[in-house]
Amino acid sequence: MAIASQPGHLPARARTSTGARRILVNHLATAAAVGSTIIVVAPLVAIFAYLVYKGASSLNLAFFTQIPKPVGEAGGGMANSIIGSGVLLAIASAIGVPMGIASGIYVAEFGRGTRLSNMVRFTADVLNGVPSIVMGIAIYSLIVLPQKHFSALAGGVALGIMMIPTITRTTEEMLLMVPRSVREAALGLGVPNWRSVLSITLRTASPGVITGCMLAFARVAGETAPLLFTALGNQYWSTSINEPIAALPLQIFVYAISPYEEWHRLAWGAALVLIALIVLSVGLVRYVAGRGVLKGAS
Amino acid sequence: MGVSIEVSGLNAWYGSNHTLRDIQLHIPANHATALIGPSGCGKSTFVRCLNRMHETNPVGRVTGTVKIGQVDIYRDISPVEIRRRVGMVFQRPNPFPTMSIYDNVASGLRLNGYRNRKVLDEVVARSLHQAALWDEVKDELKKKSGASLSGGQQQRLCIARALAVDPEVMLMDEPASALDPVSTSKIEDLIFQLKSQYTIVIVTHNMQQAARVAENTGFFLNGRLVEFDSTHKIFTNPRDKRTEDYITGRFG
Repeated sequence: MAIASQPGHLPARARTSTGARRILVNHLATAAAVGSTIIVVAPLVAIFAYLVYKGASSLNLAFFTQIPKPVGEAGGGMANSIIGSGVLLAIASAIGVPMGIASGIYVAEFGRGTRLSNMVRFTADVLNGVPSIVMGIAIYSLIVLPQKHFSALAGGVALGIMMIPTITRTTEEMLLMVPRSVREAALGLGVPNWRSVLSITLRTASPGVITGCMLAFARVAGETAPLLFTALGNQYWSTSINEPIAALPLQIFVYAISPYEEWHRLAWGAALVLIALIVLSVGLVRYVAGRGVLKGAS
Repeated sequence: MGVSIEVSGLNAWYGSNHTLRDIQLHIPANHATALIGPSGCGKSTFVRCLNRMHETNPVGRVTGTVKIGQVDIYRDISPVEIRRRVGMVFQRPNPFPTMSIYDNVASGLRLNGYRNRKVLDEVVARSLHQAALWDEVKDELKKKSGASLSGGQQQRLCIARALAVDPEVMLMDEPASALDPVSTSKIEDLIFQLKSQYTIVIVTHNMQQAARVAENTGFFLNGRLVEFDSTHKIFTNPRDKRTEDYITGRFG
């Protein structure tokens, strides 16, 4: 036994994994990781490339400045849908982001371990699994029916509620990742708990919380089903939140199932614009949020 | 100025685990007092009872009396208020990772509502000088994150942060145990200077460290304070057999 533990007298098992075999295994593992990465990224690249291929040709100035033309007339654009999607997402974010973050804070910090907090977490998970069309119907009965008209407000609320569970859960998880030592540092300075949670814990977790918000945003930006019963869509200009409003996903839906070649072309363009706008807004938020980051911050 | 600490009949629990038993202790003002003992003996719990951090643990419970100066901290004052008067430095350096060096030091004041920039500038400079960190960081106060400093610098940053709120007592829970010898000796020099202005209680596993910085030393074992005396007496002529066994390395 004593001999086996000395260098140069390693047990047989240890010796086999040295040298050539170890290097081979290392290369295989690396190749497997790189291969998986390519498989994961490939569909994304493929989709984007195909969108550019099919949609880029229909993008021109009119696409961004005009509203749709009647059937049979060439040209026209998606300006009202682009603005409409912007309005809907602004309403959705105004509802989803504060409520999602606030309930995430409650679940992770103030209510940790309480029955209410467990209930909120469970509800968020269930809400996350609710099909988006059901969300549309629910808001239809809650807002559209009483008001007796479709509206941008109803669409925004539907999307906003869909954002909440994702943001709640990521906020909770990011807050729980903040080490206890950081919280103790704040409490040890005589900072009240609520202040420590908002100014220290939430701030430390903010990159993750922002990612959660962007995920939720990107997800609802492409939603069509909940808008069918709420925002309805609109072929004309409208920015009023009390009127039906156009939205890119709705317009894509309507144009894609139409029999007209011209509309198909516009739908491809709209899909490209939708993805570009999502990427752009996520990038913008990341840039703005990242400007204050210090050298060596972790 | 530092104040003295008077502890009597102090008991503490973690859940059903009785970790401190009937502690009786007088810690004099403007001295450094070292607490030694094997792991799990209750010395960390003890210092965490001195600023009511123990009760931030959901299963932590405390009974007994701790008087800091004239104030009975478990009866006369809120936990938040006492922690402003009793600063704490933890075992692992824990600067706020998203904050600059400046913001870390200013955090205690800012989070309690002070906004006057001139005052903050002064306090930050004074605290960093006191913590012997000023010269190393003065050019990048607002550009560098507190987390980008070396371990020893981070710990001095944490000391500066604690000093910035102008406490009367400084509790240090093994402040140098995660640091290399050079950083450790810097921290010890610091303790030596700070004790003229503050009452310092330092938990340490390193008996030479206790001997170097502290006038008085207490030996904890199994949740009890076995012996408390001048450091010289503890290390040369302890009254209790268990203290002698521990400092001579016969156990622990």
